[in-house]
Amino acid sequence: MALAPTSFLHPLWAFGVPIAASFPLGWMMARSLDPKEAKAGKGLDALPMFLCRLIGRKTPVKMSWKDYCIALLAFNAALFVITFTLFYVQQHLPLNPDTKGSLGALGYKDSAGVQHDGVDTGVVFNTVCSFVTNTNLQHYSGEQHLSYFSQLACILWLMFVTPACGLCAMLAVLRGLRGDSHMGDFYVDLMRTVLFVFLPFCFVIATLLIASGVPMTFDAAAKATPLDGVAAKMEAQTICRGPVAAIIAIKQSGTNGGGFFGPNSAHPFENPTPWTNLLSVASIVALPMASMVMAGKMLRNARHAAVLYGVMLTLLITGTSIAIWAETAPSAATHGLPVVAEPNMEGKETRVGPVASATWAGMTSGTSNGSVNSMHDSLNPLAGMIPMSHMMLNVVFSGIGAGFENLFIYVIVAVFLAGLMVGRTPEYLGKKVEAREVKLAMLVMLIHPVLILAGAALFAAQPFGAKTVANPGSHGFSEILYEFTSAAANNGSGFEGLGDNTPAWNVATGIVLLLGRFPALVLPIALAGFLAAKKRVPETTGTLRTDNLTFAGMLIGTVLLVGALSFMPAVVLGPVADHLVALK
Amino acid sequence: MIRQTVHALLACVVTLVICSVAYPLALWGLGTALFPHQAAGSLIYGPDKTTVIGSELIAQPFASDKYFVSRPSAVDYKADAAGGSNLGTKNPDLHAKVKERAEALKATPEKPVPADLIAASGSGLDPHISPEAAYFQADRVAAVRQMTVEQVKSLIDTMTDKSGAVIGAPPRVNVLKLNLELDKETSAKPKETTASR
Repeated sequence: MALAPTSFLHPLWAFGVPIAASFPLGWMMARSLDPKEAKAGKGLDALPMFLCRLIGRKTPVKMSWKDYCIALLAFNAALFVITFTLFYVQQHLPLNPDTKGSLGALGYKDSAGVQHDGVDTGVVFNTVCSFVTNTNLQHYSGEQHLSYFSQLACILWLMFVTPACGLCAMLAVLRGLRGDSHMGDFYVDLMRTVLFVFLPFCFVIATLLIASGVPMTFDAAAKATPLDGVAAKMEAQTICRGPVAAIIAIKQSGTNGGGFFGPNSAHPFENPTPWTNLLSVASIVALPMASMVMAGKMLRNARHAAVLYGVMLTLLITGTSIAIWAETAPSAATHGLPVVAEPNMEGKETRVGPVASATWAGMTSGTSNGSVNSMHDSLNPLAGMIPMSHMMLNVVFSGIGAGFENLFIYVIVAVFLAGLMVGRTPEYLGKKVEAREVKLAMLVMLIHPVLILAGAALFAAQPFGAKTVANPGSHGFSEILYEFTSAAANNGSGFEGLGDNTPAWNVATGIVLLLGRFPALVLPIALAGFLAAKKRVPETTGTLRTDNLTFAGMLIGTVLLVGALSFMPAVVLGPVADHLVALK
Repeated sequence: MIRQTVHALLACVVTLVICSVAYPLALWGLGTALFPHQAAGSLIYGPDKTTVIGSELIAQPFASDKYFVSRPSAVDYKADAAGGSNLGTKNPDLHAKVKERAEALKATPEKPVPADLIAASGSGLDPHISPEAAYFQADRVAAVRQMTVEQVKSLIDTMTDKSGAVIGAPPRVNVLKLNLELDKETSAKPKETTASR
C-alpha cells in the first residue's frame, strides 16, 4: 500500500481528541472523586457511600497515610488470592462453552525445546501478578486458554479495580500535597472511581465498539465453512468470539492492555475498523491525561499541573513522532526482492496501516497500557526502540495515577537538584524537601532500572533466557530487554516472539511485576504523608518556582538524564545495534 | 487485622458483582437488542441461511486462481489461535519467507508485489488487502473468469472501502466480500459454473 498523505492526519486526531476530552473529564473527576466535605454522601455520591455500608463501613474514616496504604495493600492481597483460585479451577466453573482446561495445565517448552505437559502453576502466578498490578503481560493466549468465566470474573474485574487502585493512590498523594490532615477513605475512593469514572466511560465506549463490529456474545465459537476451503485445505474454520466489547472498553481506558485475543488490538474482532482504532487509541490516553487536569483542580494550582501535563505531552509527542518516522521506511527484509518500496507491513493490519500502528506503539507504551495493534517485534528497529524508551522513562503519562506518582518522584529529585544549584533548601508546594524525602525518592527511582537491567542481564547470560528468543543477534537481546522493561513499567506489551511461557520467565517477571508496582504505588503516599506533616513555609522571591517553563525544562532534563544514564548502554546493545546492522 | 481482611474481601465481592456481572450483562442485552449482527461476530451466511461461510472481519485462505488471495497468515488463518509472525526485520527467516511469497505471486522487478501481500498480518486474520494488492491480482483473476481486466478492476474500485480517510484510514478491500461479489457476477452468466455455496 502506497502511503497516502492523508495517513498523517491520524496522529493529529489521536492526540487532539484525548487532549480536548481531558479537560471536561478531569473537571468531572475532580468534582466526583473529591467532593467538598459538605457535599459528600449527597445526591449521586450516596451510591458509593451505600456500597461502603454494604461492606461494613458505616461512615468514611479519615485515614492516615499508613492506614490508607494498609487498606490498599489488603484489598490487593485479596484480589490476588481470589483470582489465583478462580484461574486454577476454571475448568470446573460455568460459562465455559469451548471447554477450556485449567490455566495451570497449559504446559510449556523448556530451553532444549522439550514439551512439558501437566500442571505448571508458574503461568497462573504470572497471570495473577500481571493483572493485579494493572500490567496485563500475557504469557497465555486469551482465546485459547481462558473460559468466558475467567475472562469476566478475573480479567474484567481486575481491569476495573486495579486502575481504580492507581487512581486512589493518586488521590491520596494529592490530598497529602495539598496539606490535608488526612488522606481520605480508601474504600470510598475505590467505589467512587469505579462508579463515577470507569463504569460510565466504558459503557459508552463499549456500546460504540459493538456497533462497529466488536462481538459481545456468550455463544461458543462459530464453525464456518470457508468459501475456497477445499482448494486452500481448510474445510472448517473455528471463529473464536465471546464477550469481547465489555473487556476491550476497559482494556483501553484503564491503562490495562490485556487482549481478549492473543494478538490484542491487531485482531479484527478487537479493532474492526479505522474508527474503532481511533476510539481505542484516544481512550488509551484520555483518562491518564484527564487525571493531570484533576491534579490541577485538587491542588488548586493549575499552572503547576500544566507544567507536569506539558512535560508528559512533550515526551509523548517527541517519541511518537520518531516512531512514525522510523516506521514509514520499508522493511529490511524486502531488500533486493521484487517488492514495492513502501512501509514495513509485517505484523500490521491493512485497515490500520503503518502510521496509525506507529502512533499506537508510542501511545500504548507511554501510558503503561500495553495493548498493541501491530506486532512490536516486527517493527523496524528504531521504531521498536521508542516503546522501550517510553517504558524505561515510565513517566510519559504512564498508568492512571501511577504515572503521576512516578513523575512526583522525579519532581522531588528535580527540586532537590535545583536547590543544590542555587544553594537553598529545596521546597515543593510550600513544603521543605529534606534528607528523608530525597532518600525515599531515590529508593523509588532506583527500583525501576535495577529490576530491568539485572533481570535482562541474568536472562541474556543464562540458557533459560537466552534460548527462548525467537530472533537471532541483537534483536534477540531486544526481546529479553523489552520483556523486563514491560514488566517493571507495568506496561504489558511485548516483543511477542519470545517463548516466555516457561517457569523461569513466569516466576521472574511475576516478581518483577510486583516489585515494579507496589513500592512505586505506596512509597509516594508515604512521601506525601511526610510532606503533609510539615509546616508550610511562606513563598518569597527566592522560592524556586515550579510553575514555569524553566522548571519544565529542569524536569525534562532530570527525566532524560536519569533515563539515559540508566538505560543507554542496554538500548545501544539492543535496538540501536539492530538498526545499524540493518543498514548494512 | 481481621477487620481489614473482612473489609477487603467484602469490597471484592461488591466490586466483582458490579464489574463482572452487572456491567457485561447490561452491555450484552444492549448489544444483542440493537446490534445483533455485530454482537454475534459479523457472520456471513450461505444461500441456505444456516451454513456460516465466515465472518466479514476474519480472513480466510484462498488458493484457487479464480479468487483474490488474502494477506499471508503466520497462523494459517486459524481463527481460534490468532497471531503474527513476530519475526524481526533482519531475521533471515523473514527474508526467505518474503522471497518465497514474492515468487509464488510471480512478482518481477518490472511488476513488483505490494508490501502487504508478502508480509504476514499482525493477527494472521486481516480481512483486507490494499487496492494496489487487488490490482496486482486482477490479471490472473480476469483470465480465469473470462472477464476483462477492466471489469475486474472496476469491481475492485466499487468494493474499495475509503471510509475514514479524514482520520487517516488507508483505503482497503475486503477479500471475502470481493470474492463473493465476483462469484455473484460470474454465476449470473449462464456459461460459468463457479462453486458458489
